[in-house]
Amino acid sequence: MITPAIIVRHCVKNYGERRALDGLNLEIKQGEIFCILGPNGGGKSTLFRILSTFIQPDEGSAEILGYDVVTSAAEVRARIGVVFQSPSLDPKLTVRENLLCSGALYGLQGKELEDRIQATIGTVQLSERLNDFVGDLSGGLQRRTEIAKCLLTSPEVLILDEPSTGLDPAARLDLWAALEQLRQEKKVTILCTTHIMDEAARADRVGILSAGKLVALGTPEELISALHGDVLRLSLRSGVDAFAQKINDHFGISAHVIEGEVRLEHPDAYALAARIAADFPNEITGLHIARPTLEDVFIARTGTLFAEQEVEPRVLHKKEKS
Amino acid sequence: MKPTKLLWTPVRALWWRDVIRFLRQRNRIIGALATPLVFWLLVGSGFGPSFQNGGTGNPTYLVYFFPGIILLIMLFTAIFSTISVIEDRREGFLQGALVAPLSPAAIPLGKFLGGTTLAVLQALFFCLLAPLAGIHIGGIQVLLLLPALILAGFSMTGLGFLVAWPMDSTQGFHAIMNIFLMPLWMMSGALFPMPPGSGWLYWVGQLNPVSYCVSSIREALMMGRVGSSLSHYGLALFITALFGAATFGVSFYLVAYPRKK
Repeated sequence: MITPAIIVRHCVKNYGERRALDGLNLEIKQGEIFCILGPNGGGKSTLFRILSTFIQPDEGSAEILGYDVVTSAAEVRARIGVVFQSPSLDPKLTVRENLLCSGALYGLQGKELEDRIQATIGTVQLSERLNDFVGDLSGGLQRRTEIAKCLLTSPEVLILDEPSTGLDPAARLDLWAALEQLRQEKKVTILCTTHIMDEAARADRVGILSAGKLVALGTPEELISALHGDVLRLSLRSGVDAFAQKINDHFGISAHVIEGEVRLEHPDAYALAARIAADFPNEITGLHIARPTLEDVFIARTGTLFAEQEVEPRVLHKKEKS
Repeated sequence: MKPTKLLWTPVRALWWRDVIRFLRQRNRIIGALATPLVFWLLVGSGFGPSFQNGGTGNPTYLVYFFPGIILLIMLFTAIFSTISVIEDRREGFLQGALVAPLSPAAIPLGKFLGGTTLAVLQALFFCLLAPLAGIHIGGIQVLLLLPALILAGFSMTGLGFLVAWPMDSTQGFHAIMNIFLMPLWMMSGALFPMPPGSGWLYWVGQLNPVSYCVSSIREALMMGRVGSSLSHYGLALFITALFGAATFGVSFYLVAYPRKK
């Protein structure tokens, strides 16, 4: 059997009173692009820091390519590339100087390092900017430099913490094209934390992390198709809670109040919307039907909006659906 | 890639990065040199007339103060070069170094050597002014001065690193600099003599490791004049070396065994 790229077993990490990771289990296959999706404070960065050997878990363990991140940190470090949320580049040095310095941290030097710089800089299409100061590059180009820096050491696993932070949509597309190419050509396993739904939707598999626990795991399609059809949102003049109750009673459908709107899922949302509009003609002020997204998966699994969780990590357990 | 714990190649890279960064930031060069220079001229000229040195050498105050100012330049240079560690390790280049397969000695050693190089270069640059103060620097002085400057630079960088590494913010560093680093310098005999008979001042001077950094530089500069001796120089140099080694030992410990957070 091929060793999984990443295994996390019952990982617990506390910061004082706050539990950042709460018995997390996770397995990521080699060659996979895996996204950890979650709100800020959900435990993403803690997981990133444990896997990149920055901090140690309080309980449980984590392995990368069969090496324990605590007891075999040097082996792990030699096999991973880490892209931090804030750039780990020196703006006062040129792209080339940054790469020279970073390569040296992994013991690379001389012609070997020079060759690798030429190769990786081509991969991220930065050959023209090699002698520019990093501080003069745009955010997108800095990210690419950062990735080139990681690729110098030919990592088998690439771990990225919110790599799209500060990137405009075009630069984000560029970044993902580079990551996908990397997986294809070099068979690199990619683990990426993000709070951006669109980004997670591009991964092979997504794990949704909320309050230190994995609340959903699967391909984006699996997660979305596990929902009960399209999503219907209703705006009302007043009395949203009472209205949600009425929907429950009247149609036997579980409806929720999220951010002042009544929200429900239904396989035939259009027909249902027509019935609701007919049965309660004067109460509805707005009606919205859409194909579900990962955000809806998040809401279904945690009972809260993504943005709400950012303020205070918590989990509201929703009634299990039949 | 072999999972060895790398030392010298990374150390060289970290050292080189510190030097090149410094040379590209002209305001840092000026900041570390100009402040002590102004200080030396103003304080030196102001105190000069009332300065009474108990020693038989009886130099003017500008001469007495010269080694102290050299050490201040080294302290400033070391502070500028280590203060960057605070942000660098949280959101900068050092993040990458922290997850590279390095020996735990590599980061402090690279930083110490970088800081030492810059401090020694700045000090030597300032020494060009020695003739203005009436200090003659010949072959023997240079020979003795170099080890004194290197060890003093290493120790000052060590002090800066010890303060900077555990810090969350540069504001915290400035506070420590004002209540800890500057008094260490002032109470080292750099600014005024602390001879036997000066009571508690004498003992503060004796127990302050920075005193020996100043002493070794002073003895090296004054070698050949009345009151200086090779044995004083040797002892001061030895204690400076111990001090430098101690700051490195503690720095190594801080990096190798980070506090659990």
